[in-house]
Amino acid sequence: MKVEGKAVVYGDNIDTDIIIPGRYLVLQEPSELAKHAMEGVDPSFPERARDGVIIVAGRNFGCGSSREEAPVALKHANTKCVIAESFARIFYRNAINIGLPILEASLRDKASNGDLLLVDLVSGIIENKTREIRVQAKPLSPLAIEIISAGGLTKYVRKKLGLE
Amino acid sequence: MNIVEKILARASGEKEVSPGQIIDARVDKAMMHDLTGPRVIDSFREIGVKRVWDPDRVIVIFDHDIPPSTIKAAELHKKVRNFVREQGIRHFYDIGRGGVCHVVMLEKGHVKPGELIIGADSHTVTYGALGAFATGVGATDMAAVLATGSIWLRVPETLKFEVNGKLQRRVYAKDLILYIIGMIGSEGANYKAMLFSGQAIRDLGIDGRATICNMSIEAGAKAGIVEPDEKTIRYVKERAGEPITPVRSDDDAEFAKIYEVDASQLEPQVAIHPSVDNVKPVSEVGDVEINQGFIGTCTNGRLDDLRAAAEVLKGKRVKDGVRLVIIPGSQGVYHEALKEGLIEIFVKAGAIICGPGCGPCIGISRGVLADDEVCISSANRNFVGRMGSPKSKVYLASPATVAASTIKGKIVDPREVD
Repeated sequence: MKVEGKAVVYGDNIDTDIIIPGRYLVLQEPSELAKHAMEGVDPSFPERARDGVIIVAGRNFGCGSSREEAPVALKHANTKCVIAESFARIFYRNAINIGLPILEASLRDKASNGDLLLVDLVSGIIENKTREIRVQAKPLSPLAIEIISAGGLTKYVRKKLGLE
Repeated sequence: MNIVEKILARASGEKEVSPGQIIDARVDKAMMHDLTGPRVIDSFREIGVKRVWDPDRVIVIFDHDIPPSTIKAAELHKKVRNFVREQGIRHFYDIGRGGVCHVVMLEKGHVKPGELIIGADSHTVTYGALGAFATGVGATDMAAVLATGSIWLRVPETLKFEVNGKLQRRVYAKDLILYIIGMIGSEGANYKAMLFSGQAIRDLGIDGRATICNMSIEAGAKAGIVEPDEKTIRYVKERAGEPITPVRSDDDAEFAKIYEVDASQLEPQVAIHPSVDNVKPVSEVGDVEINQGFIGTCTNGRLDDLRAAAEVLKGKRVKDGVRLVIIPGSQGVYHEALKEGLIEIFVKAGAIICGPGCGPCIGISRGVLADDEVCISSANRNFVGRMGSPKSKVYLASPATVAASTIKGKIVDPREVD
Protein backbone atom coordinates (compact mmCIF):
# COMPACT_ATOMS: atom_id res chain seq x y z
CA MET A 1 0.00 0.00 0.00
CA LYS A 2 1.66 3.20 -1.20
CA VAL A 3 0.34 6.74 -1.24
CA GLU A 4 1.74 9.88 -2.78
CA GLY A 5 1.07 13.57 -2.33
CA LYS A 6 2.48 17.00 -1.77
CA ALA A 7 3.39 17.87 1.81
CA VAL A 8 1.33 20.37 3.80
CA VAL A 9 3.21 21.20 6.97
CA TYR A 10 1.69 22.20 10.34
CA GLY A 11 3.06 22.53 13.87
CA ASP A 12 2.38 20.86 17.23
CA ASN A 13 -0.96 20.30 19.00
CA ILE A 14 -3.25 20.46 15.96
CA ASP A 15 -6.46 19.84 17.95
CA THR A 16 -9.78 18.49 16.74
CA ASP A 17 -11.44 21.92 17.01
CA ILE A 18 -8.87 23.18 14.49
CA ILE A 19 -9.40 20.16 12.23
CA ILE A 20 -13.19 20.49 12.28
CA PRO A 21 -14.86 23.11 14.52
CA GLY A 22 -17.80 21.93 16.66
CA ARG A 23 -20.31 24.09 14.84
CA TYR A 24 -19.95 21.91 11.72
CA LEU A 25 -20.60 18.60 13.45
CA VAL A 26 -24.27 18.62 12.47
CA LEU A 27 -23.07 18.22 8.88
CA GLN A 28 -23.23 14.49 8.35
CA GLU A 29 -22.06 14.33 4.72
CA PRO A 30 -18.29 13.69 4.55
CA SER A 31 -17.99 15.99 1.52
CA GLU A 32 -19.63 18.82 3.49
CA LEU A 33 -17.30 18.28 6.46
CA ALA A 34 -14.33 18.26 4.07
CA LYS A 35 -15.10 21.84 3.02
CA HIS A 36 -14.21 22.96 6.56
CA ALA A 37 -11.20 20.71 7.18
CA MET A 38 -8.39 22.51 9.04
CA GLU A 39 -10.45 25.71 9.06
CA GLY A 40 -9.14 26.69 12.50
CA VAL A 41 -5.60 27.11 11.24
CA ASP A 42 -5.75 27.11 7.44
CA PRO A 43 -9.06 27.90 5.70
CA SER A 44 -7.35 27.35 2.34
CA PHE A 45 -6.63 23.70 3.15
CA PRO A 46 -9.55 22.14 1.17
CA GLU A 47 -8.36 24.04 -1.90
CA ARG A 48 -4.72 23.07 -1.35
CA ALA A 49 -5.66 19.44 -0.78
CA ARG A 50 -7.70 19.06 -3.96
CA ASP A 51 -5.08 17.00 -5.83
CA GLY A 52 -4.14 14.90 -2.82
CA VAL A 53 -1.86 15.88 0.05
CA ILE A 54 0.10 14.38 2.86
CA ILE A 55 -0.16 16.29 6.13
CA VAL A 56 3.10 16.58 8.02
CA ALA A 57 2.80 17.74 11.62
CA GLY A 58 4.55 17.89 14.95
CA ARG A 59 3.55 16.45 18.29
CA ASN A 60 0.09 15.52 19.62
CA PHE A 61 -1.84 15.70 16.35
CA GLY A 62 -5.60 15.34 16.87
CA CYS A 63 -5.71 16.12 20.57
CA GLY A 64 -9.05 17.00 22.13
CA SER A 65 -12.45 15.66 21.25
CA SER A 66 -13.43 12.13 20.20
CA ARG A 67 -15.16 13.44 17.07
CA GLU A 68 -14.61 10.99 14.26
CA GLU A 69 -15.54 13.84 11.93
CA ALA A 70 -11.90 15.01 12.30
CA PRO A 71 -10.27 12.17 10.33
CA VAL A 72 -13.38 11.91 8.12
CA ALA A 73 -13.06 15.59 7.10
CA LEU A 74 -9.35 15.17 6.35
CA LYS A 75 -9.85 11.97 4.39
CA HIS A 76 -12.62 13.40 2.24
CA ALA A 77 -10.65 16.60 1.62
CA ASN A 78 -8.24 14.23 -0.19
CA THR A 79 -5.63 13.77 2.52
CA LYS A 80 -3.73 10.64 1.56
CA CYS A 81 -1.87 10.23 4.82
CA VAL A 82 -1.06 12.11 8.04
CA ILE A 83 2.50 11.89 9.30
CA ALA A 84 3.08 13.35 12.76
CA GLU A 85 5.66 13.00 15.50
CA SER A 86 2.89 11.77 17.79
CA PHE A 87 -0.89 11.45 17.77
CA ALA A 88 -3.51 11.82 20.49
CA ARG A 89 -4.85 8.35 21.11
CA ILE A 90 -8.53 8.78 20.17
CA PHE A 91 -7.64 10.44 16.87
CA TYR A 92 -5.19 7.62 16.16
CA ARG A 93 -7.86 4.95 16.65
CA ASN A 94 -10.46 6.93 14.71
CA ALA A 95 -8.15 7.41 11.73
CA ILE A 96 -7.39 3.71 11.50
CA ASN A 97 -11.05 2.80 12.01
CA ILE A 98 -12.26 4.97 9.13
CA GLY A 99 -9.33 4.21 6.82
CA LEU A 100 -7.24 7.39 6.95
CA PRO A 101 -3.63 6.20 6.83
CA ILE A 102 -1.42 7.67 9.57
CA LEU A 103 2.19 7.16 10.52
CA GLU A 104 4.37 8.30 13.38
CA ALA A 105 7.62 9.88 12.23
CA SER A 106 9.53 13.10 12.68
CA LEU A 107 9.89 15.05 9.46
CA ARG A 108 10.96 18.24 11.24
CA ASP A 109 13.44 19.89 8.85
CA LYS A 110 12.95 16.99 6.42
CA ALA A 111 9.88 18.20 4.55
CA SER A 112 8.47 21.58 3.56
CA ASN A 113 5.21 22.67 1.98
CA GLY A 114 4.97 21.34 -1.54
CA ASP A 115 7.62 18.60 -1.27
CA LEU A 116 6.52 15.42 -3.04
CA LEU A 117 6.24 12.53 -0.57
CA LEU A 118 5.86 8.83 -1.28
CA VAL A 119 4.78 6.69 1.66
CA ASP A 120 4.81 2.91 1.97
CA LEU A 121 2.21 2.26 4.67
CA VAL A 122 3.27 -1.31 5.42
CA SER A 123 7.04 -0.83 5.64
CA GLY A 124 6.68 2.69 7.01
CA ILE A 125 9.29 4.09 4.63
CA ILE A 126 8.68 7.73 3.72
CA GLU A 127 10.45 9.09 0.69
CA ASN A 128 10.79 12.83 0.15
CA LYS A 129 11.24 12.82 -3.62
CA THR A 130 11.89 16.56 -3.80
CA ARG A 131 14.83 16.31 -1.43
CA GLU A 132 15.79 12.72 -2.20
CA ILE A 133 15.79 11.60 1.43
CA ARG A 134 14.17 8.68 3.22
CA VAL A 135 12.77 8.39 6.73
CA GLN A 136 11.64 5.25 8.51
CA ALA A 137 8.34 5.72 10.38
CA LYS A 138 7.32 3.68 13.40
CA PRO A 139 5.56 0.64 11.92
CA LEU A 140 1.82 0.26 12.49
CA SER A 141 0.79 -2.47 14.95
CA PRO A 142 -0.31 -5.82 13.46
CA LEU A 143 -3.87 -5.14 14.67
CA ALA A 144 -3.89 -1.71 12.97
CA ILE A 145 -2.69 -3.27 9.71
CA GLU A 146 -5.36 -5.94 10.03
CA ILE A 147 -8.08 -3.29 10.48
CA ILE A 148 -6.77 -1.16 7.60
CA SER A 149 -6.44 -4.21 5.32
CA ALA A 150 -10.03 -5.20 6.09
CA GLY A 151 -11.10 -1.76 4.89
CA GLY A 152 -11.80 -0.18 8.25
CA LEU A 153 -13.31 -1.26 11.56
CA THR A 154 -16.88 -1.84 10.39
CA LYS A 155 -15.67 -4.35 7.78
CA TYR A 156 -13.22 -5.88 10.26
CA VAL A 157 -16.06 -6.46 12.74
CA ARG A 158 -18.32 -7.86 9.99
CA LYS A 159 -15.58 -10.36 9.17
CA LYS A 160 -15.11 -11.28 12.81
CA LEU A 161 -18.84 -11.85 13.21
CA GLY A 162 -18.95 -13.95 10.04
CA LEU A 163 -21.10 -11.44 8.16
CA GLU A 164 -18.70 -11.14 5.18
CA MET B 1 -1.30 -4.89 39.77
CA ASN B 2 -2.55 -1.34 40.09
CA ILE B 3 -6.25 -0.42 39.94
CA VAL B 4 -6.18 0.13 36.16
CA GLU B 5 -4.55 -3.23 35.45
CA LYS B 6 -6.93 -5.03 37.82
CA ILE B 7 -10.01 -3.59 36.14
CA LEU B 8 -8.71 -4.42 32.67
CA ALA B 9 -7.66 -7.94 33.75
CA ARG B 10 -11.14 -8.62 35.05
CA ALA B 11 -12.78 -7.16 31.93
CA SER B 12 -10.64 -9.26 29.60
CA GLY B 13 -10.91 -12.46 31.62
CA GLU B 14 -7.15 -12.56 32.20
CA LYS B 15 -5.50 -13.38 35.51
CA GLU B 16 -3.00 -10.63 35.02
CA VAL B 17 -2.30 -7.92 32.46
CA SER B 18 0.60 -5.54 32.07
CA PRO B 19 1.21 -2.24 30.26
CA GLY B 20 1.59 -2.56 26.51
CA GLN B 21 -0.53 -5.70 26.28
CA ILE B 22 -3.41 -5.64 23.77
CA ILE B 23 -6.58 -7.07 25.29
CA ASP B 24 -10.07 -7.82 24.08
CA ALA B 25 -12.22 -6.48 26.92
CA ARG B 26 -15.89 -6.90 27.79
CA VAL B 27 -17.61 -3.56 28.24
CA ASP B 28 -19.85 -2.97 31.28
CA LYS B 29 -21.56 0.20 30.01
CA ALA B 30 -21.59 2.15 26.76
CA MET B 31 -22.63 5.80 26.53
CA MET B 32 -23.37 8.08 23.59
CA HIS B 33 -25.02 11.48 23.10
CA ASP B 34 -26.95 13.48 20.54
CA LEU B 35 -23.91 14.67 18.62
CA THR B 36 -21.93 11.42 18.37
CA GLY B 37 -25.01 9.16 18.31
CA PRO B 38 -26.05 9.69 14.66
CA ARG B 39 -22.65 8.64 13.31
CA VAL B 40 -22.56 5.68 15.74
CA ILE B 41 -25.91 4.56 14.36
CA ASP B 42 -24.66 4.81 10.75
CA SER B 43 -21.59 2.69 11.54
CA PHE B 44 -23.76 0.22 13.50
CA ARG B 45 -25.99 -0.21 10.42
CA GLU B 46 -22.87 -0.69 8.30
CA ILE B 47 -21.72 -3.52 10.55
CA GLY B 48 -25.10 -5.02 9.90
CA VAL B 49 -26.00 -6.43 13.33
CA LYS B 50 -29.70 -6.05 14.07
CA ARG B 51 -29.66 -5.60 17.87
CA VAL B 52 -27.26 -3.92 20.29
CA TRP B 53 -25.47 -6.51 22.43
CA ASP B 54 -27.30 -5.54 25.64
CA PRO B 55 -29.76 -2.62 25.59
CA ASP B 56 -29.67 -2.35 29.40
CA ARG B 57 -25.96 -1.54 29.31
CA VAL B 58 -26.38 1.27 26.79
CA ILE B 59 -27.02 4.81 28.04
CA VAL B 60 -28.06 7.59 25.66
CA ILE B 61 -28.06 11.20 26.86
CA PHE B 62 -28.93 14.35 24.92
CA ASP B 63 -26.75 17.30 25.88
CA HIS B 64 -24.60 18.79 23.10
CA ASP B 65 -27.18 20.79 21.17
CA ILE B 66 -30.30 20.97 23.36
CA PRO B 67 -32.91 22.12 22.81
CA PRO B 68 -31.92 21.80 19.15
CA SER B 69 -30.72 25.12 17.71
CA THR B 70 -31.25 24.18 14.06
CA ILE B 71 -33.57 22.00 11.99
CA LYS B 72 -30.58 19.81 11.14
CA ALA B 73 -29.90 19.20 14.84
CA ALA B 74 -33.58 18.43 15.46
CA GLU B 75 -33.46 15.83 12.67
CA LEU B 76 -30.40 14.20 14.24
CA HIS B 77 -32.18 14.07 17.60
CA LYS B 78 -35.11 12.36 15.92
CA LYS B 79 -32.78 9.81 14.37
CA VAL B 80 -31.26 8.93 17.76
CA ARG B 81 -34.69 8.78 19.46
CA ASN B 82 -35.90 6.34 16.81
CA PHE B 83 -32.84 4.15 17.38
CA VAL B 84 -33.40 4.20 21.15
CA ARG B 85 -37.00 3.06 20.64
CA GLU B 86 -36.10 0.43 18.04
CA GLN B 87 -33.40 -1.07 20.27
CA GLY B 88 -35.39 -0.98 23.50
CA ILE B 89 -32.81 1.19 25.30
CA ARG B 90 -34.30 2.05 28.73
CA HIS B 91 -31.60 4.41 29.94
CA PHE B 92 -32.42 7.32 27.68
CA TYR B 93 -32.24 10.91 28.93
CA ASP B 94 -34.10 13.15 26.53
CA ILE B 95 -34.21 16.96 26.74
CA GLY B 96 -35.37 18.02 30.20
CA ARG B 97 -34.71 14.60 31.72
CA GLY B 98 -30.95 14.56 32.11
CA GLY B 99 -28.35 17.15 31.25
CA VAL B 100 -24.64 16.94 30.53
CA CYS B 101 -23.93 13.25 29.92
CA HIS B 102 -20.93 13.03 32.24
CA VAL B 103 -22.84 14.66 35.08
CA VAL B 104 -25.88 12.44 34.55
CA MET B 105 -23.87 9.20 34.34
CA LEU B 106 -22.54 9.64 37.88
CA GLU B 107 -25.67 11.18 39.35
CA LYS B 108 -28.05 8.50 38.03
CA GLY B 109 -25.98 5.56 39.19
CA HIS B 110 -24.68 4.35 35.83
CA VAL B 111 -21.10 4.21 37.08
CA LYS B 112 -19.76 1.75 39.65
CA PRO B 113 -16.24 1.18 40.93
CA GLY B 114 -14.34 -1.45 38.97
CA GLU B 115 -16.38 -1.16 35.81
CA LEU B 116 -15.09 -0.70 32.25
CA ILE B 117 -17.09 2.06 30.61
CA ILE B 118 -16.72 3.22 27.01
CA GLY B 119 -18.26 6.48 25.85
CA ALA B 120 -18.50 8.17 22.47
CA ASP B 121 -17.11 11.36 23.98
CA SER B 122 -13.58 12.24 25.04
CA HIS B 123 -14.64 13.36 28.53
CA THR B 124 -15.87 9.87 29.41
CA VAL B 125 -12.71 9.77 31.54
CA THR B 126 -14.78 11.62 34.19
CA TYR B 127 -16.16 8.34 35.57
CA GLY B 128 -12.80 7.48 37.07
CA ALA B 129 -14.02 9.71 39.92
CA LEU B 130 -15.90 6.64 41.16
CA GLY B 131 -13.07 4.17 40.58
CA ALA B 132 -14.19 2.94 37.15
CA PHE B 133 -11.93 2.68 34.09
CA ALA B 134 -13.66 4.86 31.54
CA THR B 135 -12.41 6.08 28.21
CA GLY B 136 -13.65 7.92 25.15
CA VAL B 137 -13.76 6.57 21.61
CA GLY B 138 -15.02 7.70 18.22
CA ALA B 139 -18.26 6.69 16.56
CA THR B 140 -17.05 3.58 14.73
CA ASP B 141 -15.37 2.16 17.82
CA MET B 142 -18.63 2.75 19.68
CA ALA B 143 -20.63 1.04 16.94
CA ALA B 144 -18.37 -2.00 17.30
CA VAL B 145 -19.01 -1.95 21.06
CA LEU B 146 -22.77 -1.82 20.49
CA ALA B 147 -22.51 -4.73 18.05
CA THR B 148 -20.20 -6.97 20.08
CA GLY B 149 -20.07 -5.74 23.68
CA SER B 150 -16.31 -5.75 23.50
CA ILE B 151 -13.40 -3.53 22.51
CA TRP B 152 -9.67 -3.92 21.92
CA LEU B 153 -7.55 -1.86 24.27
CA ARG B 154 -3.87 -1.45 24.94
CA VAL B 155 -3.23 -1.71 28.68
CA PRO B 156 -1.83 1.73 29.56
CA GLU B 157 1.08 2.62 31.77
CA THR B 158 -0.16 4.44 34.86
CA LEU B 159 1.14 7.74 36.19
CA LYS B 160 0.46 8.27 39.88
CA PHE B 161 -0.14 11.74 41.28
CA GLU B 162 0.31 11.84 45.02
CA VAL B 163 -1.40 15.05 46.12
CA ASN B 164 -1.02 16.05 49.76
CA GLY B 165 -1.62 19.19 51.79
CA LYS B 166 -4.80 21.17 52.19
CA LEU B 167 -6.17 23.39 49.43
CA GLN B 168 -6.37 27.05 50.47
CA ARG B 169 -9.65 28.92 50.65
CA ARG B 170 -11.12 29.48 47.17
CA VAL B 171 -8.67 27.09 45.57
CA TYR B 172 -10.42 24.06 44.13
CA ALA B 173 -10.08 20.75 42.31
CA LYS B 174 -10.09 22.73 39.04
CA ASP B 175 -7.01 24.69 40.09
CA LEU B 176 -5.28 21.48 41.04
CA ILE B 177 -5.91 19.72 37.73
CA LEU B 178 -4.98 22.82 35.72
CA TYR B 179 -1.74 22.96 37.69
CA ILE B 180 -1.04 19.27 36.98
CA ILE B 181 -1.75 19.67 33.24
CA GLY B 182 0.55 22.71 33.16
CA MET B 183 3.20 20.61 34.87
CA ILE B 184 3.13 17.57 32.54
CA GLY B 185 1.88 19.22 29.32
CA SER B 186 -0.96 18.49 26.92
CA GLU B 187 0.45 15.12 25.93
CA GLY B 188 2.15 14.36 29.23
CA ALA B 189 -0.16 11.40 29.77
CA ASN B 190 -0.86 10.42 26.14
CA TYR B 191 -1.82 6.70 25.97
CA LYS B 192 -1.42 6.50 29.76
CA ALA B 193 -3.74 6.43 32.76
CA MET B 194 -3.55 9.03 35.55
CA LEU B 195 -4.20 7.84 39.10
CA PHE B 196 -4.93 10.62 41.57
CA SER B 197 -4.25 9.80 45.20
CA GLY B 198 -3.14 11.33 48.46
CA GLN B 199 -4.88 13.20 51.26
CA ALA B 200 -5.90 16.19 49.12
CA ILE B 201 -7.77 13.86 46.73
CA ARG B 202 -9.40 11.94 49.60
CA ASP B 203 -10.54 15.29 51.03
CA LEU B 204 -12.37 16.13 47.80
CA GLY B 205 -16.02 15.23 47.34
CA ILE B 206 -17.18 13.27 44.30
CA ASP B 207 -17.85 16.54 42.41
CA GLY B 208 -14.23 17.65 42.82
CA ARG B 209 -12.88 14.22 41.90
CA ALA B 210 -15.05 14.33 38.76
CA THR B 211 -13.48 17.68 37.78
CA ILE B 212 -10.00 16.20 38.15
CA CYS B 213 -10.65 12.97 36.23
CA ASN B 214 -12.63 14.90 33.58
CA MET B 215 -9.61 16.95 32.59
CA SER B 216 -7.14 14.05 32.51
CA ILE B 217 -7.91 13.86 28.76
CA GLU B 218 -6.45 17.36 28.39
CA ALA B 219 -3.09 15.80 29.23
CA GLY B 220 -3.87 13.12 26.65
CA ALA B 221 -4.78 10.43 29.19
CA LYS B 222 -6.70 7.31 28.30
CA ALA B 223 -8.27 7.39 31.75
CA GLY B 224 -8.19 9.33 34.99
CA ILE B 225 -9.02 7.45 38.15
CA VAL B 226 -9.32 7.78 41.92
CA GLU B 227 -9.20 4.71 44.18
CA PRO B 228 -12.67 4.17 45.67
CA ASP B 229 -13.10 4.97 49.39
CA GLU B 230 -16.03 5.34 51.82
CA LYS B 231 -17.22 8.49 50.02
CA THR B 232 -17.33 6.60 46.72
CA ILE B 233 -19.21 3.67 48.20
CA ARG B 234 -21.76 5.91 49.91
CA TYR B 235 -22.31 7.90 46.71
CA VAL B 236 -22.76 4.81 44.54
CA LYS B 237 -24.95 2.93 47.05
CA GLU B 238 -27.39 5.83 47.15
CA ARG B 239 -27.75 5.71 43.37
CA ALA B 240 -26.89 2.40 41.73
CA GLY B 241 -28.98 0.02 43.82
CA GLU B 242 -26.80 -2.90 42.78
CA PRO B 243 -23.95 -4.71 44.49
CA ILE B 244 -20.57 -2.99 44.36
CA THR B 245 -17.18 -4.65 44.12
CA PRO B 246 -14.60 -1.91 44.56
CA VAL B 247 -11.18 -2.55 43.05
CA ARG B 248 -8.06 -1.00 44.55
CA SER B 249 -4.34 -1.15 43.73
CA ASP B 250 -2.26 -3.86 45.40
CA ASP B 251 0.33 -2.69 47.91
CA ASP B 252 3.12 -3.68 45.53
CA ALA B 253 1.47 -2.12 42.47
CA GLU B 254 3.78 -0.57 39.90
CA PHE B 255 3.54 2.84 38.28
CA ALA B 256 5.40 4.28 35.30
CA LYS B 257 6.09 7.42 37.29
CA ILE B 258 5.05 9.00 40.57
CA TYR B 259 4.57 12.76 40.86
CA GLU B 260 4.23 14.58 44.17
CA VAL B 261 2.14 17.71 44.45
CA ASP B 262 1.72 19.97 47.49
CA ALA B 263 -1.85 21.26 47.28
CA SER B 264 -1.30 23.77 50.08
CA GLN B 265 1.06 25.84 47.89
CA LEU B 266 -1.43 26.38 45.08
CA GLU B 267 -3.12 29.64 44.24
CA PRO B 268 -6.01 29.81 41.75
CA GLN B 269 -4.82 28.78 38.28
CA VAL B 270 -5.74 29.96 34.79
CA ALA B 271 -5.13 28.23 31.44
CA ILE B 272 -4.25 30.90 28.91
CA HIS B 273 -5.63 30.81 25.36
CA PRO B 274 -5.08 28.79 23.16
CA SER B 275 -3.82 25.71 25.00
CA VAL B 276 -4.90 23.91 28.14
CA ASP B 277 -1.33 23.38 29.32
CA ASN B 278 -0.47 27.07 29.16
CA VAL B 279 -1.24 27.43 32.87
CA LYS B 280 -0.32 30.29 35.18
CA PRO B 281 -1.23 31.26 38.73
CA VAL B 282 -3.89 33.97 38.53
CA SER B 283 -1.46 36.53 39.97
CA GLU B 284 0.73 36.17 36.87
CA VAL B 285 -2.02 36.41 34.25
CA GLY B 286 -1.79 40.21 33.94
CA ASP B 287 -4.52 42.56 32.86
CA VAL B 288 -7.06 40.61 30.81
CA GLU B 289 -10.42 42.25 30.25
CA ILE B 290 -13.31 39.93 29.53
CA ASN B 291 -16.60 40.08 27.62
CA GLN B 292 -18.15 36.89 28.96
CA GLY B 293 -17.94 34.41 31.78
CA PHE B 294 -19.27 30.87 31.51
CA ILE B 295 -19.96 28.49 34.39
CA GLY B 296 -21.10 24.96 33.68
CA THR B 297 -20.11 21.84 31.64
CA CYS B 298 -18.99 18.31 32.44
CA THR B 299 -15.96 19.82 34.17
CA ASN B 300 -17.58 22.32 36.51
CA GLY B 301 -21.36 22.20 36.24
CA ARG B 302 -22.00 20.28 39.44
CA LEU B 303 -23.59 21.43 42.68
CA ASP B 304 -20.31 22.14 44.49
CA ASP B 305 -19.29 24.29 41.51
CA LEU B 306 -22.48 26.35 41.58
CA ARG B 307 -22.14 26.74 45.35
CA ALA B 308 -18.61 28.09 44.92
CA ALA B 309 -19.80 30.55 42.28
CA ALA B 310 -22.77 31.64 44.40
CA GLU B 311 -20.52 32.27 47.39
CA VAL B 312 -18.60 34.79 45.28
CA LEU B 313 -21.63 36.31 43.52
CA LYS B 314 -23.93 36.68 46.54
CA GLY B 315 -25.01 40.30 46.84
CA LYS B 316 -22.75 41.34 43.92
CA ARG B 317 -23.42 42.40 40.33
CA VAL B 318 -21.83 41.23 37.12
CA LYS B 319 -20.07 44.31 35.72
CA ASP B 320 -21.92 46.27 33.05
CA GLY B 321 -20.70 45.25 29.61
CA VAL B 322 -19.92 41.70 30.75
CA ARG B 323 -22.22 38.67 30.32
CA LEU B 324 -22.28 35.73 32.69
CA VAL B 325 -23.82 32.51 31.33
CA ILE B 326 -24.54 29.84 33.95
CA ILE B 327 -25.67 26.35 32.94
CA PRO B 328 -26.33 23.77 35.66
CA GLY B 329 -24.88 20.41 34.67
CA SER B 330 -28.08 18.45 35.01
CA GLN B 331 -31.76 18.66 35.90
CA GLY B 332 -30.79 17.26 39.29
CA VAL B 333 -28.16 19.95 39.85
CA TYR B 334 -30.60 22.61 38.63
CA HIS B 335 -33.28 21.45 41.05
CA GLU B 336 -30.91 21.40 44.02
CA ALA B 337 -29.55 24.83 43.06
CA LEU B 338 -33.10 26.16 43.01
CA LYS B 339 -33.86 24.71 46.43
CA GLU B 340 -30.66 26.12 47.90
CA GLY B 341 -31.36 29.59 46.52
CA LEU B 342 -28.29 29.58 44.27
CA ILE B 343 -30.30 30.37 41.15
CA GLU B 344 -31.79 33.42 42.86
CA ILE B 345 -28.30 34.67 43.71
CA PHE B 346 -27.26 34.25 40.06
CA VAL B 347 -30.33 35.99 38.66
CA LYS B 348 -29.95 38.91 41.08
CA ALA B 349 -26.30 39.22 40.06
CA GLY B 350 -27.36 39.65 36.43
CA ALA B 351 -26.36 36.24 35.12
CA ILE B 352 -28.38 34.41 32.49
CA ILE B 353 -29.32 30.83 33.42
CA CYS B 354 -29.79 28.31 30.60
CA GLY B 355 -31.24 24.82 30.90
CA PRO B 356 -28.84 21.92 31.55
CA GLY B 357 -26.66 20.93 28.59
CA CYS B 358 -23.23 21.61 27.09
CA GLY B 359 -24.04 25.19 26.06
CA PRO B 360 -21.30 27.27 24.43
CA CYS B 361 -18.45 24.96 25.47
CA ILE B 362 -18.52 23.30 22.05
CA GLY B 363 -19.24 26.51 20.17
CA ILE B 364 -22.69 25.54 18.89
CA SER B 365 -25.19 27.65 20.83
CA ARG B 366 -26.17 29.65 23.91
CA GLY B 367 -23.19 31.94 24.32
CA VAL B 368 -20.81 31.62 21.37
CA LEU B 369 -18.22 34.36 20.93
CA ALA B 370 -17.70 37.06 18.30
CA ASP B 371 -14.37 38.13 16.78
CA ASP B 372 -11.91 39.45 19.36
CA GLU B 373 -14.15 38.64 22.33
CA VAL B 374 -12.65 37.17 25.48
CA CYS B 375 -14.36 34.59 27.68
CA ILE B 376 -13.29 33.12 31.01
CA SER B 377 -14.82 29.69 31.27
CA SER B 378 -15.11 26.87 33.78
CA ALA B 379 -14.97 24.36 30.91
CA ASN B 380 -12.09 22.19 29.77
CA ARG B 381 -10.81 23.45 26.41
CA ASN B 382 -9.58 26.82 25.20
CA PHE B 383 -8.57 25.81 21.68
CA VAL B 384 -8.80 28.28 18.79
CA GLY B 385 -12.46 28.58 17.75
CA ARG B 386 -13.67 26.23 20.46
CA MET B 387 -16.40 28.59 21.68
CA GLY B 388 -17.14 30.43 18.45
CA SER B 389 -15.09 32.80 16.33
CA PRO B 390 -11.54 31.62 15.62
CA LYS B 391 -10.57 35.18 16.61
CA SER B 392 -12.09 34.91 20.10
CA LYS B 393 -10.08 33.93 23.16
CA VAL B 394 -10.94 31.52 25.97
CA TYR B 395 -9.29 31.32 29.39
CA LEU B 396 -10.03 28.40 31.72
CA ALA B 397 -10.44 28.67 35.48
CA SER B 398 -12.54 27.53 38.44
CA PRO B 399 -16.17 28.64 38.79
CA ALA B 400 -15.15 30.98 41.63
CA THR B 401 -12.47 32.63 39.50
CA VAL B 402 -14.97 32.98 36.63
CA ALA B 403 -17.58 34.50 38.96
CA ALA B 404 -15.11 36.96 40.51
CA SER B 405 -13.79 37.97 37.09
CA THR B 406 -17.27 38.82 35.80
CA ILE B 407 -17.81 41.11 38.80
CA LYS B 408 -14.56 42.96 38.09
CA GLY B 409 -14.71 42.79 34.28
CA LYS B 410 -11.23 41.29 34.10
CA ILE B 411 -9.49 38.13 35.24
CA VAL B 412 -8.98 38.35 39.02
CA ASP B 413 -8.20 36.19 42.03
CA PRO B 414 -11.51 35.12 43.64
CA ARG B 415 -9.97 35.82 47.04
CA GLU B 416 -9.99 39.51 46.17
CA VAL B 417 -13.79 39.57 46.00
CA ASP B 418 -15.35 39.41 49.46
